[in-house]
Amino acid sequence: MTDHGRGGATGKRNGPRGGLSVEDLAVGYRGTAVLHGLTARAEPGELTVLLGPNGAGKSTLLRTLAGLQRPLTGTIRLGDADLLAMPAADRAVQLAVVLTDRVDPGLLTGRELVALGRHPHTGARGRLRPADEAAIEAAVRAVGAGHLAARRVAELSDGERQRILTARALAQDPALLLLDEPSAFLDVSSRVALLGLLRTLARDRGIAVVVSTHDLELVLRLADHVWLVDPAGGLCSGPPEELVADGAVAAVFDTAGLAFDPVTGTFAVADDTDRRAVVVAGQPHRALIGRVLARHGWSATVDGPAEAEIEHLGGSRFTVRHRGRSAFVDGWSALRSWAAQPPTPATRLSAGTPT
Amino acid sequence: MILRRAGLFTVLGAVAVALLVLAVALGPVSVPLPDTIAVLVGGEPSDPRWAVVVGSVRLARAVTAVLAGAALGVAGLLMQTLFRNPLADPYILGVSSGASLGVALFLATTTAAAFGATFGAGLVGLGRLGAVGAAAAGAGLVLAVVLTLSRWVRSSVTLLIVGIMVGAVTSAVVSLVLVWTDPRIAQQYVVWGLGSFDATSMRDLPILAPVVAAGLLLAVLLVKPLNALLLGDGYATSMGVAVDRTRLLTMVAAALLAGGVTAFCGPVAFIGIAIPHLARLLVGTSDHRVLVPATALVGVVTALVCAVAGHPPGTETVVPLNVMTSLVGAPVVIAVLLRARRTGVVT
Repeated sequence: MTDHGRGGATGKRNGPRGGLSVEDLAVGYRGTAVLHGLTARAEPGELTVLLGPNGAGKSTLLRTLAGLQRPLTGTIRLGDADLLAMPAADRAVQLAVVLTDRVDPGLLTGRELVALGRHPHTGARGRLRPADEAAIEAAVRAVGAGHLAARRVAELSDGERQRILTARALAQDPALLLLDEPSAFLDVSSRVALLGLLRTLARDRGIAVVVSTHDLELVLRLADHVWLVDPAGGLCSGPPEELVADGAVAAVFDTAGLAFDPVTGTFAVADDTDRRAVVVAGQPHRALIGRVLARHGWSATVDGPAEAEIEHLGGSRFTVRHRGRSAFVDGWSALRSWAAQPPTPATRLSAGTPT
Repeated sequence: MILRRAGLFTVLGAVAVALLVLAVALGPVSVPLPDTIAVLVGGEPSDPRWAVVVGSVRLARAVTAVLAGAALGVAGLLMQTLFRNPLADPYILGVSSGASLGVALFLATTTAAAFGATFGAGLVGLGRLGAVGAAAAGAGLVLAVVLTLSRWVRSSVTLLIVGIMVGAVTSAVVSLVLVWTDPRIAQQYVVWGLGSFDATSMRDLPILAPVVAAGLLLAVLLVKPLNALLLGDGYATSMGVAVDRTRLLTMVAAALLAGGVTAFCGPVAFIGIAIPHLARLLVGTSDHRVLVPATALVGVVTALVCAVAGHPPGTETVVPLNVMTSLVGAPVVIAVLLRARRTGVVT
């Protein structure tokens, strides 16, 4: 980022911005560790995602990193500086947060809320100097919230509010940006947009960005680095691909009825059926037919022994070969009705073979 | 926006000055306006009696209204921000119930002891100073309890509940004291509870004014952390605000403002809770750098209106202060809020 807003804003900091490193960290409440033995790094310029199921302790870890609660043991460093030993006012210049706390800012406009991010940089009366104004402007522009700046925050949608809160954190001009479940209340497209935005910000500003989420599918596509909370209360970190390949993701997220599919990067209802159907179709129809089948206890294959075969004829018309008979199926709901038929014992081990 | 606000402050200031003159001029005996102004700026009125009326009675009343309006408005704003609760008021921490307890105990002990001598004189003269002291002591005691408890309470909501509970206990003790005393004393207590700007004399102002000034100064010094607190404790901490210290200082400021006024004027209802809302609507922002002075000014104007209207000119009638503030003020606030809802601005 080269705009002039940063010139004045970075004046307080010397040298290059270092990444975040935690070592042998234990976090929790009242002496009870929620997570322990955490050792990980978040590099500047990268989007690091803290991933784990709900209730795994992600918020506790982020709040600890943000200095909102003390760790039980361990060290947290940003570059060469010990974040835990740093006075709150100094830390505020180094790191900024977007929390899950409900924000009820009364009559503040978007821009006024973003301006609060300049708090650690302004004097005792909170007067904004031109450098502050420029930093606010740059932050609002960076998150694409120019059209929200003049509106009252109370009137914004969840997604818009999240943008403004992110801009506020950026206006604080941190070396480390921490976001706790920023996409929790967003619809799917806003989630993708927000995470993509965060990755761009990490790149453009050269800052370390750590985001917590339980949204695995999104993370695998957008994260540079993943901290995965494992069931034992530890952390394994690495590129998302590595964590998927060595089975760490499956170990955390798989449940009795649900399995992570590394190929599609999505969850599938665990395969507990022997009803197999061959699907003959081009994409995206093959995937869509696969979903219809999966909902009703079928697994779709491209070849091999199967009870039935479904061929896509074009449009939303299909041919179904099953129990030695061939039938024409017109429309997705008809296909769904067919798939929903209960299996009959006689046909469980079908002789139906693919062509 | 900046220009609009500058204009708004100018208008509010002008209205406040005009109302101050009116509050001094009007009363059972109305002083002609030119004479009022003459006395106020230190000149010679046409009739020396006016100097006495203005100097000994009216001016003290008007200045008290100014101080009380600004103090209660700002104290209410501080509490609403601190507790992030639009229903918070200066008495939320138990100031008024503490003061009430002080006054009730004072009346029950001293007045009962020397019944014939001081009764009737009521809360004037020596008895009055004692009541002021008792109210201040009671308010201070309850606040000390709440502030002490606040050291162990991290959540603002819990602290709010603690304040209300302490207030409830105190009020219960007040009721007990009143039940056990002479009904005539209870009557005096009720009169004190109606609030008044009238009882303050010029001798009281050197105490009241510095206390209020100290509270207002503290509030002004706190505008920056208070703005950060608009986003909640977590965000404020992450921006380098020492939340615990800010909370303590904010409560001390509110205690000085509300405690000082309550000791001299009794518990004044309504101004503290309503004025911050009116001020927010007028300036259209929650930014304390604008809101604190705006709230103080709107509070001054409102209190002066109540002071003038409480003494209908040319009559001996006195409408109790709390009757004025609530009866006239509440409908005004409701009307303003409804109007603001229609235009899309809601506090």
